[in-house]
Amino acid sequence: MSANLYDQLVGVSAGVLLMTSVLLVWRRSLVAAVRLLAIQGVALACLVAMIGIFDHDVQLVAVSVLVLALKGVALPLVLDRSLVRTGTLREETPLINTTASLLAVSALTMLAYLVSQPLRALRPGPTTAAVPVGICLVLFGFLLLSTRRHAISQLVGFLVLDNGIAAVAFLTSGGVPFVVELGASLDVLLVVLILRVFTARMTVKFGAADLDELKELRD
Amino acid sequence: MAILVLLPLIGALLLAAATALTRAHVLRRFSAIATSAVVLAAGLGLSVAVLHGSPVTAGGLLRVDALSAFMLSVVGAVGLTATWGGLAARDVVPPDWTYSALICLFLGAMSLAVLADNLGVLWVAVEATTVATAFLVGHNRTRGSLEAAWKYVVLGSVGVAVAFLGLVLVYAASVAAGRPTLSWVALTSSHLALDPSLVKVAGALAVLGFATKAGLAPMHSWLPDAHSQAPAPVSGLMSGVLLSVAFYAILRIQAVVNPVLGTGLMRGLLVATGLLSLAVAAALIVRQRDLKRMLAYSSIEHMGLLALAAAVGGTVAIAAALLHVLGHGLAKSSLFVVSGRILVTEGTTQLARIRGLLVRHPAEAVPYLVGMAAMLGLPPFTLFFTEVAIMLAGFQHGLGWAMTLAAALMLILFAGLARPSIAMTFGAESSEPVAAASTARQGPRTPLALALGVTAVLGFTAGPLPTLLTRAATLLTGTK
Repeated sequence: MSANLYDQLVGVSAGVLLMTSVLLVWRRSLVAAVRLLAIQGVALACLVAMIGIFDHDVQLVAVSVLVLALKGVALPLVLDRSLVRTGTLREETPLINTTASLLAVSALTMLAYLVSQPLRALRPGPTTAAVPVGICLVLFGFLLLSTRRHAISQLVGFLVLDNGIAAVAFLTSGGVPFVVELGASLDVLLVVLILRVFTARMTVKFGAADLDELKELRD
Repeated sequence: MAILVLLPLIGALLLAAATALTRAHVLRRFSAIATSAVVLAAGLGLSVAVLHGSPVTAGGLLRVDALSAFMLSVVGAVGLTATWGGLAARDVVPPDWTYSALICLFLGAMSLAVLADNLGVLWVAVEATTVATAFLVGHNRTRGSLEAAWKYVVLGSVGVAVAFLGLVLVYAASVAAGRPTLSWVALTSSHLALDPSLVKVAGALAVLGFATKAGLAPMHSWLPDAHSQAPAPVSGLMSGVLLSVAFYAILRIQAVVNPVLGTGLMRGLLVATGLLSLAVAAALIVRQRDLKRMLAYSSIEHMGLLALAAAVGGTVAIAAALLHVLGHGLAKSSLFVVSGRILVTEGTTQLARIRGLLVRHPAEAVPYLVGMAAMLGLPPFTLFFTEVAIMLAGFQHGLGWAMTLAAALMLILFAGLARPSIAMTFGAESSEPVAAASTARQGPRTPLALALGVTAVLGFTAGPLPTLLTRAATLLTGTK
């Protein structure tokens, strides 16, 4: 793969990551959110595969298959099933409206470029130039987590945050050691499965997976 | 010796698997206790081995130094107190198999966290405990426990995700320095030229993330909910083991960051979060109405104090902090076990509705009072000595103002804990009829007596324990 093509492909993948996460903040439909998350997972897997091929790192190519299976297929599938069971397809009552969230997104993007200066200075190149996108995903994940009130939306926010951290790891250092990657993937999968069970219990107990119902424990 | 390192991990996995597969009565009752005993035995064995030789390694990812051996013993001892104390009487139906199996897995994950010589594996193990404890917190299946479990899993996972970002940046710094590693030994002992601006961001994120798990303010909001809704032995395990291991992670991170940046950054962060934790606990404990929530805020207090001790640094403060971890773990898990028994006999954990316990139920009231005396830092209990040592070390290392403030906040906390405890045990019975007092047989007394007895004499021990603590502290501070 020529260096020029590699630059462009990394740029395109990072662009898809950023675009899907902005759309996730914009759209309120939960069905769309799960699809966007799947696209984001595939884009992340492509990014990892390209870094692996360019660096002739076989292990990284294997990791990209793992990423594809987990973030592109398994996790969106779990959320999709959960969505069918809860029966709600839209985030009804986010804490801030769409305009405000999009403004927040642009502000957070600028912040991401500011804070990733030391990382880009460390090893200039096409991959580190894309690091701010990873930070963007982390910040957008926080935004989703703190403003959405539906259980599935919060799960989506958590996964965007996780994708962002994975992107930063792959872009700065070609991923963490394999053992850690494996353990971390398993942990994320289990956390999502557990939260899915809790979502189902919530639907049974409260009649909806609305987190505003969670207000019994106070001081 | 490598077998001793693998023993707690294999033992926990085997016992969990056996419990899950056979679902036999005896395993459901005893597997958690057996796991704790195995962890404790391995911890003590490794402590002896480390004192008489060099660190023990196994499999490239595991390495036991004085600090790991001590922390493993803490996990085992506190685990034994909580699980043995939580053992129901023989005629009661044994707990669900998921409950016992998950406790085994929890103890295994905590052992892995302290045995790993790799910050990444440490992270994976800490996150695995979130997975293991999620269903334990939600075990009672009430509205409240569901709420607590949801908040716990979301906040805990997001918190440790932030820590993971920090570790990713540490790894990036090590890659840039020419030696890709997350091994704690490699990061601290060899002179890697880690990029300071990167380590600054990485250290702050990692500490912030693990502080969430350690229940330090302002990321503490999951803690009172989870501790009050979980079954009593699980609350004891979380308070005594989970918070302590998260604090251990902070200590390891600090030892990586300080040689690169000096002590300034970590000290600032830890003083801020420590004082804030004490302030939050003091503000909320004084009007607390629930026994288990009150104990939870006391845990936040002690974690805050530990954060201050880590901020002070130096062998004395760190050794005192480690001993404090043990003393707090034993006393707090005993108190949670007692709170579970009080819930059974009184039918409530509301402070206002429990009166005259010493007369009516001395079997619960006596260990409660002794445990509370330990928790309040009264002599001869070990927390008295460790608190004094941390305070004095703070004054010597130029943190006198923080220690003065901390002492003032701890006075409020003292009153906030002592007043309801005295009312509960000595107070005259209220005129309203007491809620259906059950006469069910209560669990064993031996574990509580052992745990509180050890807490009482720990402060006076000579011999191997101080040597172990000093060595562990030396490892972290890099001084002789």
